Amino acid sequence: MARCDSKAEISFIKDAVIPNLHDGTWPTEVSAKLSALRHERVRQPIIYVGVTTSSIVAGALKTRSAIEQYLDDYSVDADVIFVGSHGLCSLEPIVEVQMPGRTRVAFANVTPERVNSILDGAINGFIQPENAIFQYYSEIHEPWHGIPFKNELPFFKRQNRVLLKNAGVICPDSIAEYIAYGGYSALAKSIRKYTYDDICRIVEESGLRGRGGGAFPTGTKWRKALQVATSDRYLICNADESDPGGFMDRLLIESDPHRVVEGIILSSYAVSASKAIIYIRDRYKITIQRIQNAIDQAYEVGLLGYDILGSGYSLDIEVRKGPGAYVCGEETALIKSLEGKRGMPSIKPPYPAEFGLNGKPTVINNVETLVNIPQIVNNGPEWFAALGTEGSKGTKIFSINGQASQTCLVELTFGEPLGALLDLAGGVKDGRTFKALHLGGPSGVSVTADELDAPIDFDELPKRGISLGSGGVQVLDNTVCMVDLVKYFMHFIRNESCGKCIPCREGSNRMYQILDNISKRPVSNEGHNTLERFKGVIQLETLAEVMRDTSLCGLGQTAPKPILKALKSFRDEFEEHIFDRKCRASVCRDLRTFYIDIERCTGCTACAKKCPTQAIYGTPRSPYFIVEERCIGCGICQDTCKFGAVFFK
Amino acid sequence: MSNAEKIEEILERYSYLGSDSLIPILQDIQNELGSLNEEAIVLVGRKLNMPTSKIYGLATFYNQFKFEAKGKNHICLCNGTSCRLKGAKWNMVYLEDNLKLKNGQTTRNGQFSLEVVTCMGACDHGPVISVNDEYYREVDPEKLKNILNDLTQE
Repeated sequence: MARCDSKAEISFIKDAVIPNLHDGTWPTEVSAKLSALRHERVRQPIIYVGVTTSSIVAGALKTRSAIEQYLDDYSVDADVIFVGSHGLCSLEPIVEVQMPGRTRVAFANVTPERVNSILDGAINGFIQPENAIFQYYSEIHEPWHGIPFKNELPFFKRQNRVLLKNAGVICPDSIAEYIAYGGYSALAKSIRKYTYDDICRIVEESGLRGRGGGAFPTGTKWRKALQVATSDRYLICNADESDPGGFMDRLLIESDPHRVVEGIILSSYAVSASKAIIYIRDRYKITIQRIQNAIDQAYEVGLLGYDILGSGYSLDIEVRKGPGAYVCGEETALIKSLEGKRGMPSIKPPYPAEFGLNGKPTVINNVETLVNIPQIVNNGPEWFAALGTEGSKGTKIFSINGQASQTCLVELTFGEPLGALLDLAGGVKDGRTFKALHLGGPSGVSVTADELDAPIDFDELPKRGISLGSGGVQVLDNTVCMVDLVKYFMHFIRNESCGKCIPCREGSNRMYQILDNISKRPVSNEGHNTLERFKGVIQLETLAEVMRDTSLCGLGQTAPKPILKALKSFRDEFEEHIFDRKCRASVCRDLRTFYIDIERCTGCTACAKKCPTQAIYGTPRSPYFIVEERCIGCGICQDTCKFGAVFFK
Repeated sequence: MSNAEKIEEILERYSYLGSDSLIPILQDIQNELGSLNEEAIVLVGRKLNMPTSKIYGLATFYNQFKFEAKGKNHICLCNGTSCRLKGAKWNMVYLEDNLKLKNGQTTRNGQFSLEVVTCMGACDHGPVISVNDEYYREVDPEKLKNILNDLTQE
């Protein structure tokens, strides 16, 4: 489906470009060809379609066939290239058009029906400004009138896109384009100029910290592995992103897989690993396909395999498909899974950096951490150390979703306030009110409106009881019930707990039961039931603290975080559920109380017959009523009523 | 080709058979047969020289491996945080009420099977479901009912 690199392009890259990749100087004709690969000047129109997991759901493939059909019908000569995602998920499918002599311009929400009108306009040199979202800046081309430039758009202006620079711009399946945009130069440079020790030092100086949630200094981890005297070391890239609501790594790989491959090769060189493994969930078919293609292309041009660029350093990268377990994000569990065992964490130390896969030193880094390395090597550790705050350097990618008015992938410099995330997402949808920002998935916390000025920082946030997590952010509005949300997270943890240590296995189960109990209407108000319910509520906080202090791995230790924070920030909501049995967002279905509108009820008796607890009374052919004490909130009456007379409050 | 032959063929693809190739082998078998069964794990155990109980323990640990055959229409329902907030819960309730279908189960007539997954990466378009790899966005019980109706009529 893709415009992959042709044989000629691959051999051009291999023979003409790569020998001089380390200093970036080429003869004029090579430079001209590279410029053509960047599509700086085009002879015939190019149409770019953003194809990623997210946009495919929005219908990008249908749009692409519609475009091809259009070009066929009107015999227009144009190239159709597929690209990654700009991070503007709500505006997908995004189609960009580049006409000869004009700047590249992007259109949002291009459904197959709109293809004709948009392409008709663009090809004939007429665009309605309301259809387009932005255009690229170019000195040599004539801009379109009335359309903002990409760097002027508030969404892009607010961000610092270092890692996402190429996302949405280049074709992910083309190594030639990636190199034309400056890719693999860091690798060529380091392999010629630096020893592995130098790169390790550069990363230490830059102050890079792990992006997966633990925030451990990357350089320190590498140094530890380097200090073990052995010939075999492994590097594992953890791409098993499984936080519900986090899709940073997935979209990054799908949009710019070569950047990930370059990061892996460079980091493997730095820890002198003989083998690198990418651990990625089997479900992410498109992501696997793209990273595998990038690896194959790197082998083809000689950037991977035996004797890379004549340096004597050899490396193989293998893609291993994760069979799906949340706990495998934990380093020791991930190693167990690679060894063909159940993914159960073990006690540290020994750390994997000393005793990891097959007993060899193993460095495990998140995708986003590794992607930073080429930038640091290219621009120097001082450049990186100047970005961000005292303890947290560089940029961080966030995927913002939930009830935000636009779902997006953004990159911010450390030190920006948390509120910036809400601004970028465009706040909440019209007519709703903002409730909280949930950071870091099932082991994260919800941040209320008055905490939004806290800076994004690995050290500053924990002081305020907030943890940054791996970058998944959910915007919550007034339709969200906090009790239901933490119950959902606890349900997730309960399912994903590996079962090795008791606090996590039993604690998560018990905690789920307690939360389930308070979001349900008790069957009877007497004796045992009520006692159980209140005992649970009293125990909730203690249990959470026990789990936090005694669990073996990060999964159990952080699992009670959402509950503890929600109990602090949204205590009134919990109390409402417990004492008043009321859910203000009407999400807890069992707590709803139903009533019959006497104006609409015809007394047909249908609901009374269906009611499982005989809570509906009345005389036939006159309005019925519901006895609140007996109602269990099942909602059958509402489904049964043909006249729409049953409501809930 | 019988199932046993298919499994033999997959096992032959792996030149080095150690415990670290166990997960890829099981993944390949599941891709080929749609689900794992007793025959498969016995054969794999014999080849890898591993107790069947160990393999069964591993396969039931991970979410991916299934021992129940997939239905004619395999429904993947996203229950990521975003889809959940947007109402994936009601779709699950609908399936449970109407088709008696819970996560990991197949209906008796073999028409539908359900797999609840966490996050398909399409958070803006939630709640998302996919049926036989065809995606549907912004699905509510009403829409779900229509989708299922269309599928049964085919």
